[in-house]
This record gives sequence, C-alpha cells and structure tokens, in this order.
Amino acid sequence: MQTIRVGNGCGFWGDNLDAPVRLVEKGELDYLTLEYLAELTLSIMAHQRRRDPAAGYATDFVDALRRIAPLMREQSRLKIVTNAGGMNPKSCAAAARRVLDEAGLNDARIALVTGDDLRDRLPELVRAGHEFRHLDTGEPLEPKLDRVVSANAYLGAAPIVHGLAQGARVVITGRVADASLTVAPAMHEFGWQPDDWRRIAGASVAGHLIECGAQVTGGLYCNWNQVKDYDNFGYPIAVIAEDGSFEITKPPDTGGIVNRETVIEQLLYEIGDPKDYLTPDVRADFTTLALAKTPCGVRVTSATGRPPTDSYKVSIAFRDGFMASGVLAVYGAETAVGGSPARLKAELCGALVFKRLERANCLPHRFKVEVLGDRDPQRRSPVALRMAVHDPDRSVVARFCRELAPLATSGPPGIAGYAEARPHPREVLAFWPALVNRAVMTAQVELL
Amino acid sequence: MVDQEKQRRGLASVRLCDLAHGRSGDKGNHANIGIACYSDDGYQRLTSVLTADRVAEYFRELKPSRVVRYELPNLLAFNFVLYDVLDGGASRSLRIDSQGKTLALQLLEMEIPVPEAT
Repeated sequence: MQTIRVGNGCGFWGDNLDAPVRLVEKGELDYLTLEYLAELTLSIMAHQRRRDPAAGYATDFVDALRRIAPLMREQSRLKIVTNAGGMNPKSCAAAARRVLDEAGLNDARIALVTGDDLRDRLPELVRAGHEFRHLDTGEPLEPKLDRVVSANAYLGAAPIVHGLAQGARVVITGRVADASLTVAPAMHEFGWQPDDWRRIAGASVAGHLIECGAQVTGGLYCNWNQVKDYDNFGYPIAVIAEDGSFEITKPPDTGGIVNRETVIEQLLYEIGDPKDYLTPDVRADFTTLALAKTPCGVRVTSATGRPPTDSYKVSIAFRDGFMASGVLAVYGAETAVGGSPARLKAELCGALVFKRLERANCLPHRFKVEVLGDRDPQRRSPVALRMAVHDPDRSVVARFCRELAPLATSGPPGIAGYAEARPHPREVLAFWPALVNRAVMTAQVELL
Repeated sequence: MVDQEKQRRGLASVRLCDLAHGRSGDKGNHANIGIACYSDDGYQRLTSVLTADRVAEYFRELKPSRVVRYELPNLLAFNFVLYDVLDGGASRSLRIDSQGKTLALQLLEMEIPVPEAT
C-alpha cells in the first residue's frame, strides 16, 4: 500500500531548534510539519506586530528553513507545511522567500494561506449579530471588544491542499487546526475526497499524535526512567497509508521511545470527549481505534469520523490587567523557642506580604500563596514560597513586586533567593474561546 | 501480582500507578487527565473504583465545578475532564502549575482498594 512519511519537528514556538533539521536529515520525509502556535502564542505575536509591522510570526521557522534549504535540494520530494505565519503570514512568507532564493531554490514555490485573522472584522461582525460567546461561560464578547488583541479562527486542511495542488513546496499559514497540517498532505497525496470521513479521521488522529513533537516519542512519558538518550530525542513521523491508517515512529538511532503507552498518553492529551474530537475537517472517534506494536513503533488503525460542525473555533485574546509572581526559598530550623518548620514559616511570610500590601492600600484584586516542596508540616526541609498577584492596575502589581525584598531584613530568618531578579508586572492576555459560523470565513491562498 | 504482593505484606490497597499510567493538560480553564491501564483486569477494576465522583473528591481542593469520565475500552483507558480547576486557565492562573501538567502524577498516587482474595 502507498504511504507518505509526515514528520513533525516542532511542538510549539520555543521547541528545540535543531529538531526540524535532524528530522529532515534522518527521517526520509515526504513532508515536514512545524507547529508553532499554542493557544496564546498569537496574542504575543499580535503584541510584536504592534511594535514592528514586519514582526509577529515564528522567526525560528526562518532560521530552520535556512538550515533545511540545502537538504531540500538533495531531497526533491520533501515539502514543508507550517503555521509559522502566526499573526503575520505575509511577512513570514516574504522572509522564507528570501531564504529559498538565497539557497538557489528560486523554483520552489511558497503557498501563503491567510484569512484566519478576524480581529479587524470583529466590531462589524458583532454588530451583525455574531456574539462570539465564551465557549464555557456563555458570556458574549461585546463588553471585552475594545480590549481584544487578537482573534483567529482555526482554519482546516482545505486551503493547504489547495496550495499543495498548485505545486507549492512550502505552505505557510496563520492559525489552522494543528491536525490539519498533517491531514492536508495526506488528502493531497492520496486524492481523498473532503467527505471521506473515515480516512480524514485517521489522518487527524495522526496529526493529533505528532502535533506536540516529542510528546509522542517519549517526552512526558509516565515511565520516564525507561526513556533513553533524552539529549538526542527523535521527533515523530507518521507513516500514513492510503486507507487512513498509520504508523507512529521516529528516525533510527535517536533517543526517546515510541510504544503503546506513549501513543495512548498523547492520544488522550488535552482532549475532551474521545468519541468527538473536533477539527474543522472532521469529528473523529478515538473509541474505535486499534493499536498494534510494530518493529519501529506503533500502528494505529480503525479510526472513524463524521462531518464537522458548521462552525470554526475562534481563539480570542484580550488585555486583562497585570500579573507578577516571585519565588523565595525558605529553610526551617530548630530555635531556642522551638521548631520552625519551613512550611509554617513560608505561610507566615506569604500572609505578611499581603498584610503589608493591604496596609499600603495596594491589595491586589487576586493573589495566591503557594508553598511547594514539603507536604509534611512537621519536617524542616526547605520549601519554595511562591506568591502571585493579578490586578487591573499596573501600579498595584508594581507595589507587590517591591514587597518581597523587605523580607530580607524584616522577615523571619532562613530565607534565600533575594539575588534573583525582582518580579516585574507583565500584561495579562486572557484567553476567550468562541465559535464563528463557517460562512463568515474565507481562506485565501497566494503563491510566492 | 502486585496485588498479591501487597496483600502478603498486609496492605489493603495499591497505588493507581501500579495499575495505570497517564498524562494531563489544559483546555482553557479545564484540565484533562488521561489514564490508561496496563491490563484488562486493571481496567475492569478501575471502571468501578475510579469514578468521576472519586476523582472529584480527590481533587476537591481545586474545587472542580464538575468532573466527567469518558471511557475508551478499546485502549483500556479513561479520560477525565475536570471543569474550572485551573484558576482561570494558563493565561491568568496564579498557580505555578497553570496548565494542570502535574495533575496526572498526583492522581496516580491515589490509593486503590485491593479486591478480596478469591
């Protein structure tokens, strides 16, 4: 049976810089996918673009592409699909174009997928009756509208397939569903119909399993002491067959581990109802899947699926005040007046910081004291005292940031960590998941 | 085998990690914990013991508004969704574990009663 090898060399913006290159070197890939966008990455990128109109995309991708370009010349079948475009896919594609041209790959076309960014259209859409109600609380977005930083719909595989069909070797998108980065190559290569729910469900499961990179090849594995060569982790490859079944494996001679347990852990990672894994392409059912061990990994068969809903998920971020957090180490000790277990002392310190803030009329709207390290209040081993605050007013948060250092002279003894940087207020970009009707969205595909 | 050993040592329970492994993460203000059993026997036992109510009680300090258990008998696994347990979710939680990453390891320490010897 015909198969394609889709490897994912990146699970988030900030993942290992060498992984994409090493995966291309050793993976014998047909497709390299690179997934950069966690739930709040786009809001951070929106901030970057506000400061610099050319910024707002995953710059790591351009660096990776520069290193991969020579390999693209050797591996003529290799194609790349990535959501590195973030909040500025055009700028990202222009940078990628320059890199490919410099490498002599002038003929390698880039497909640019846009149309996910809804922010500028939000007021008009809200006026037209689209409420963007919070998926959990049901609240309408309208009161938060003037504080929205970013709003992006999760597009599906279709525009990527369109780009590949036009001969693109690199497809750059903004927000698309993570699994769609994998689904699109399979649809394109095998010519699946968009309503072939069973096959598309299979490829979606494959995409879900590899989207977080090394998390399916041993990263986060519960039996972590069985994992070999953490320093040389192999990133995942889905070998997808024409019937939608696939094998999860990794390049030879790499660290990590792929087994039934790593696959199941990742299959269940950050999902809701396993009978109804929602993507823009399909609603996949994980309860029909069958797993089987193979010489180099795990084979996954028997996915089933049904048509997707008539909505896209929209990820919205809005400005929501300021936060700060600080950590100190607290040691317990026997003293003349009796024991002073670290935990009790840390709790006292946390309480007194907030009493001082209250006296200064700067008690934050939300605050929390956590004592990490020792669950036994009778023991004296050191603990970490962590304090965190949130307030709409930056100056209130700034005052908290000033209140840890005074413990050095006016707190109990045995506290360390003052040499670490003083905490700083950071702006909170709160997450607002919502839905939007598909009819509102139009994806555009442009070839560069 | 683990059970017999514990019984021999006079223990009335095993820990969940003797029977299963797992992983946890976030979805907005909710956390999910995937738990997968090492054996069919373990899955059968946990089906009756590791209920949504029991998990809600175990994590009562996180004040879940509700806990839902989904079953995947094909994989001998459960998915628990704990609603509203992340102090606002990754973007505004004041906890160090803002994404619920440690919840699976916490749950795997749960004591599971050992069945009567037959």
